[in-house]
Amino acid sequence: MTLIDLANPSKFLALTARALPWLAGATAILLLVGCYQAAMAPDDYQQGATVKIMFIHVPNAWLSMFVWGVMSVAALGTLVWRHPLADVAAKAAAPIGAAFTFLALVTGSLWGRPMWGTYWEWDARLTSVLVLFLMYLGLMALWRAVEDPSRAARAAAVLTLVGAINLPIIKFSVDWWNTLHQPSSVLRMGGPSLDKAFLIPLLVMAVGFSLLFMTLHLAAMRNEILRRRVRSLQMMQASQQAA
Amino acid sequence: MTSLGPYASFIVTSYALVAATVLILIGWIALDYRHQKERLRELEASGVTRRSGRQATEI
Repeated sequence: MTLIDLANPSKFLALTARALPWLAGATAILLLVGCYQAAMAPDDYQQGATVKIMFIHVPNAWLSMFVWGVMSVAALGTLVWRHPLADVAAKAAAPIGAAFTFLALVTGSLWGRPMWGTYWEWDARLTSVLVLFLMYLGLMALWRAVEDPSRAARAAAVLTLVGAINLPIIKFSVDWWNTLHQPSSVLRMGGPSLDKAFLIPLLVMAVGFSLLFMTLHLAAMRNEILRRRVRSLQMMQASQQAA
Repeated sequence: MTSLGPYASFIVTSYALVAATVLILIGWIALDYRHQKERLRELEASGVTRRSGRQATEI
């Protein structure tokens, strides 16, 4: 099946119906294994047991940026290739991305209080992630504010691409500025600096959360396609009644 | 499982918040699906059909 085939919403819905149970099952298994490994992971020599927050904070932080990346590709699909499902994909991803960003902020705050002595600090990493969260909310508000889906799609696509500038700022904020947030310890030149006892559960949780995103995103896209079908049928009904 | 130490409340709250948010997302998406299917069934019952001639709820 090619990308062109998936442009047909009916074919996409059929594929989603087949894929969702498998994705949901794989997600549940990986997250359960990841939680078990996180529970069994040793304490860090400096942070003690609070290192366990890392296993949920880091995957959510990665996904907060990854989802915006997915939306940026979808925005190109809307503006350049005019793929019929590109806007559906972007709109369906936004609330899920907002939830991951919210969780990254809150778990980071709960990790920061015992380690840094504060829930919040206006440093570059924390502030740029807060900006990302606000951009997700802004995009969701924009989609709700514009009634015509095609007009909303173009405006949202432009805003998404402008907002993508924030992604490298978030990623490199800990290198460019002197921040309270620690530098990257997994995705860095020279390989991960984490011990295997922490790295393996972290990667299992990261794959589990990524599958969770795929599952929720496909299900939300299916809902959005049905919502648009409802809208077009309601318009047909209205025009039939007017005739 | 190792002891969670003096900051157990921070760790437990973090995991509980993640679990609650994920469950809310799943519930919201599942309810939205049911709602859209219900609206399609109502439209179909009122006699509106798709341009393809297929049923509104049909894939």
